[in-house]
Amino acid sequence: MTEITLVQAVNRALFDAMRADPDVLLLGEDIGVNGGVFRATEGLIKEFGPERVVDTPLSETGIVGAAIGMALYGLKPVAEIQFLDFIYPAFDQIVSELAKFRYRSGGQYPCHVVIRSPYGGGIKGGLYHSQSAEAYFAHTAGLKVVIPSNPADAKGLLTSAIFDPDPVIFLEPKRIYRAVTGEVPDGDHRVPLGSASIVRPGSDVSVFAYGAMIPPVVEAAKAVQAEGLSAEVIDLRSLVPLDEAAILKSVEKTGRAVIVHEAPRFVGFGAEVAALLAEKALYSLKSPVRRVTGYDTPFPYALENLYLPNAERIAHAIRASAREG
Amino acid sequence: MSQAVELPKPGSPPSDAGGIPPEDLPKVYRAMLLARLMDERCLSLQRQGRIGFYVPLQGQEGAQVACAWALDPSDWLFPAYRELAVALVRGLPLVSLFDQFIGNAGDVLKGRQMPNHYGAREYRFVTASSPVGTQIIHAVGAAMAAQRKKERIVTVTFFGDGTTSSNDFHSGLNFAGVFQAPTIFFCQNNQWAISMPRERQTRSKTLAMKASAYGIEGVVVDGEDVHAVYRAVRDARRKAIAGGGPTLIEAQVYRLGPHSTSDDPKRYRTDAELAEWKARDSVGRVRQELLTSGGLTEESEAKLLESLRAEIAMALKEAEGTAPIDPSTLFDDVFERPTPRLDEERAEFSKFLTEGVLKP
Ligand SMILES: Cc1ncc(C[n+]2csc(CCOP(=O)(O)OP(=O)(O)O)c2C)c(N)n1
Ligand SMILES: [Mg+2]
Repeated sequence: MTEITLVQAVNRALFDAMRADPDVLLLGEDIGVNGGVFRATEGLIKEFGPERVVDTPLSETGIVGAAIGMALYGLKPVAEIQFLDFIYPAFDQIVSELAKFRYRSGGQYPCHVVIRSPYGGGIKGGLYHSQSAEAYFAHTAGLKVVIPSNPADAKGLLTSAIFDPDPVIFLEPKRIYRAVTGEVPDGDHRVPLGSASIVRPGSDVSVFAYGAMIPPVVEAAKAVQAEGLSAEVIDLRSLVPLDEAAILKSVEKTGRAVIVHEAPRFVGFGAEVAALLAEKALYSLKSPVRRVTGYDTPFPYALENLYLPNAERIAHAIRASAREG
Repeated sequence: MSQAVELPKPGSPPSDAGGIPPEDLPKVYRAMLLARLMDERCLSLQRQGRIGFYVPLQGQEGAQVACAWALDPSDWLFPAYRELAVALVRGLPLVSLFDQFIGNAGDVLKGRQMPNHYGAREYRFVTASSPVGTQIIHAVGAAMAAQRKKERIVTVTFFGDGTTSSNDFHSGLNFAGVFQAPTIFFCQNNQWAISMPRERQTRSKTLAMKASAYGIEGVVVDGEDVHAVYRAVRDARRKAIAGGGPTLIEAQVYRLGPHSTSDDPKRYRTDAELAEWKARDSVGRVRQELLTSGGLTEESEAKLLESLRAEIAMALKEAEGTAPIDPSTLFDDVFERPTPRLDEERAEFSKFLTEGVLKP
């Protein structure tokens, strides 16, 4: 066990997976010589060489399309998209190809591909270095979508993603790449896809979040604790597959739910969680489900601190949820 | 370093007739110096935390100023994020650039974008995006619109060597060829796309030759030679206006600084390469030409530098004295009129500001 940052945990997972399996290789922009613009791939080219740490031309379509071809042929490519905001040129390859190859070929051609990408705001990145686009991918049948919030999960989930036979969109909360350190098990540490985790047990209100929203949610939970309110914080970790049982179990206990994400609210992932509660836990609910999210605008630059959900907004929603009903 | 065309050795004589008119050259030099000084200032402002981020242009001043010099104010420009000198020639006021870099109440973009992504409709300088290449096909569409409206203008789009690998570069050239759009594709091949050298971007010997596959003309110019760039752009413009279609111009330059203030070029390139290109720098070349012709003296240059620095300082002072952006603008411009949902969010937001749940 060692204390490392989230981005170092990503780096560890890549090292370990590449050592364990020669079919694992990386593709992306500036990932080799430069070690990635966030240094997630630092040192890998030194150990594995340019055949396995492939610096590509500036083309996301190319990166994802080539990764698909490699996977069809039997490799396990891990593609990096430099910022999630730059994934859209590859959208066709992801939505029309990656997500559908297995299905359209009657199961003959699975796509063993991981796409890693830093996502989210909080780094003064404005419109195009801040987006949380998880909902597009979660909406697309055939893609798994995973978002860690701490170093141990980053390593464990990425390792599971790399050895998962299905395509996985692995979103890394760049705002907390270096903000949090934590113990990370050495060796083949895996966290199964599709399992949520209870970050902080509680009894009055359930708060569901993921990625970079976990720290402000925990801060809010601590704040309301001082007022005698017990919030249970659940890190979804994996949006697809979704740990529905964990969500329902928590709400059956608390009867109240707040969902937090930094992506815009309208048709955001929180809507799926809210719908799940309406469908399967309505009679457990004592007050309306609340969402604390980014606003339904593009991501701003100067006003990002007001756009992103903060601990105060989250605490406000927890209190309101507890007060009603 | 692989070099597609032989570039003139440092100190070689300026290119022949048909370049920038001699009476314009001092103004060209002034614009180049202004861009360089502004660049230096912005890099230091970023280090001091007074602006959040910055994309420098050093090494590309000559290509940008010469290109912009050959255009008409009626032409529409579609820049990327590194076109400071184009913006300056175009007339965007220094203070408006600083307003954008700070994202204050004076920013015409209303604080929506990172520094360097400015744009102003008034100057036909279209607001830049970060995803590379997207502007290329917009320039073609706008040129097709100008054709349809029978307006004798050209559109010019600016992008880098790495961006020739993007989807929209290829769509842009293809459309422009098929529709004979009056577009100039001005590619500044600064030899690097962040850490990727030019030869890792494409196997093609030059970037300009990609034009021929789309049936359009492609030319390579020494981008550190302002006369060569000026001539190439002027000729491409004349041809386009006369109905002769688009041109891809590859201006070979060098990014002397980091890709951005987040980048460390020492990780991927050598000091020797940098020194080689520094010796070819357009700023030094134009300076030499002017000193030789008597268009500039050491004293007049010192005065010029002083006045440019003062101009920059004054603009910065004004921008730093401007109020921060009004938080309620967050919800403007999503649509022409807000949806009911946006109105609801704005109301909640205002309440949060009043109650202190949100603090500006
Ligand atoms: C679609 C897309 N992918 C990745 C990036 C990240 N990125 C920003 S600039 C850049 C390199 C661009 O190189 P080039 O086109 O040569 O222009 P230069 O920066 O050298 O002026 C990259 C990869 C981006 N902005 N857009
Ligand atoms: Mg470049």
